[in-house]
Amino acid sequence: MTMIFGIPVAALMGQLLVGLINGSFYALLSLGLAVIFGLLRVINFAHGAQYMLGAFTALLLLTVGGVNYWLALIAAPLIVGLFGAIIERTMLSRLYKLDHLYGLLFTFGLALAIEGTFRYFYGASGMPYAAPAALTGAVNLGFMFLPVYRGWVVVASLIVCLGVWFLIEKTKLGAYLRAATENPVLVQSFGVNVPLLLTLTYALGAGLAAFAGVLAAPVYQVSPLMGSNLIIIVFAVVVVGGMGSILGAIVTGYMLGVVEGLTKVFYPEASNIVIFVIMAIVLILRPAGLFGKDA
Amino acid sequence: MAGKSEPIPTEHVAIHPKAGAIQLALLAVIAAALLLAPQFLYPIFLMKLLAFGLFAAAFNLLLGYTGLLSFGHAAFFGGSAYFTAHAVKVWGWSPEAGILLGVLGAAALGLVMGAIAIRRQGIYFAMITLALSQMFFFFCLQAGFTHGEDGIQSVPRGRLFGIIDLSDTMTMYYFVLAVFVLGLLVIWRFVNSPFGMILKSIRENEQRAISLGYSVSRYKLGAFVMSAALAGLAGGVKALVFQFATLTDVTWQMSGEVILMTLLGGIGTLAGPVVGAGLVVTLQNYLATSDFPVTIITGVVFMVCVLVFRRGLIGEFFASRLGRKLGFRSES
Repeated sequence: MTMIFGIPVAALMGQLLVGLINGSFYALLSLGLAVIFGLLRVINFAHGAQYMLGAFTALLLLTVGGVNYWLALIAAPLIVGLFGAIIERTMLSRLYKLDHLYGLLFTFGLALAIEGTFRYFYGASGMPYAAPAALTGAVNLGFMFLPVYRGWVVVASLIVCLGVWFLIEKTKLGAYLRAATENPVLVQSFGVNVPLLLTLTYALGAGLAAFAGVLAAPVYQVSPLMGSNLIIIVFAVVVVGGMGSILGAIVTGYMLGVVEGLTKVFYPEASNIVIFVIMAIVLILRPAGLFGKDA
Repeated sequence: MAGKSEPIPTEHVAIHPKAGAIQLALLAVIAAALLLAPQFLYPIFLMKLLAFGLFAAAFNLLLGYTGLLSFGHAAFFGGSAYFTAHAVKVWGWSPEAGILLGVLGAAALGLVMGAIAIRRQGIYFAMITLALSQMFFFFCLQAGFTHGEDGIQSVPRGRLFGIIDLSDTMTMYYFVLAVFVLGLLVIWRFVNSPFGMILKSIRENEQRAISLGYSVSRYKLGAFVMSAALAGLAGGVKALVFQFATLTDVTWQMSGEVILMTLLGGIGTLAGPVVGAGLVVTLQNYLATSDFPVTIITGVVFMVCVLVFRRGLIGEFFASRLGRKLGFRSES
């Protein structure tokens, strides 16, 4: 068997793939957080809960409505996005004029309420969600077997991340969005409906989280608590990347996922905390984050 | 944080001529109630309430008086509980030495976490403290001395100063009460000291405090360590009351709980966090027997507080006509 640094290549590649998969979710989730924070100045603590909602929506669509994976991949983000829009319109929007910490506390309460409710009805144990038939099986890459679904997760998240980046950096809607981030009052006076833009942004962020949730459903089990520990890691990812840049959030997400995967090979005891350690080091050396603009 | 968003009503209310005496009388009533309470209520419940009251008051030192929202205070509370429990059970230390170790351990932890976290402000500060405390949680999960999921069980209460036997519940209660009062006095003295005044100025306008020549990061770090140490005091006492230390006390849910207690009672008031802790602990005790999950209630109360009740119970009272007539003022 081929070895690198005393580790079998297959094991190394396997963990690298696991790292890339985790990185895909970190990237999607930190992207959503960054998009929401950019315009609303709210750290969306409910992001993990919305990720869980996405997975549960897909599961319920399948078991109750018989809706297949591909439709759920589109429907679940729309449903969760709509839910997010309602929350933003009715409650979150009242907090913009206050200290930003209130937004964090509100969404924290929201996350607890959502997760508590699902735990009450579905228990804490995970439920399986089968990958669609077209994506089952594995391909032999010569040095390792690549499960098709896992490859799909990486590709799909990359496409969506780049799509969102394109939407924000290269389209007219994105230009409005970026302008409103800089100066909402001025943009409003030009006749752009800024409150609507805020609602759409929150819905987009929630929808992205839900999309990640549907992608994750066949990889991990669907459980009410699947998002609550993940969100803390994603916070650390966001601190490392700095929330100033969309591309920065994406790159940092993949990068830290891979680093975490490699840690599992070389020093498994530290794999839980490696991202937090990196966060601490980055804060000491470069407090604004790798891609951050403000200090 | 409460200062910017919740201005105290400005219309003038004359302070009652005997306001000082009435405040003293109120304090006397509360003191009497605390002394007599174990005759009427379950002492373990009361001790839990006092421990969490002190924990929330320590947390509020940071949020209410310095304007820093820490989302990682469970690390100090639960960490100290582990240190105290280990020292008392494995090393056979006396309870006061065990608690002292817990306080020092929490302070050291606070120094490290604080030094990293104060490099960013506001929302980032909250996220960083959360991430660092989660790191500490994983440390506790894997470290040998914490016994992972089992925690440190059947911790002896021992003899205070080698003389007073704390295994007697009533004796233990008065010990916890003494620690609680001591802790609150320290907080009161701290926020009314020149140091506390500078902290308030940092909360109100950090740039101006810098321009006045204050080394803002040092003051913030000082407040952080102080808050961590007092949270550690509460955690150490709690470990002796319940005679165990478990992972529950270092989870992020615990950090969230203490925020809720403070918010519910009133950010920036001395009594608010204690009242909030009382409400939350009572609610948890009440719901513990039903199968309805506490998290739903906690979450909804959180949302309601943030949306319509940001001053909290004591804060609302202080801002009311009656409260101001009696000479109460919110510190924020």
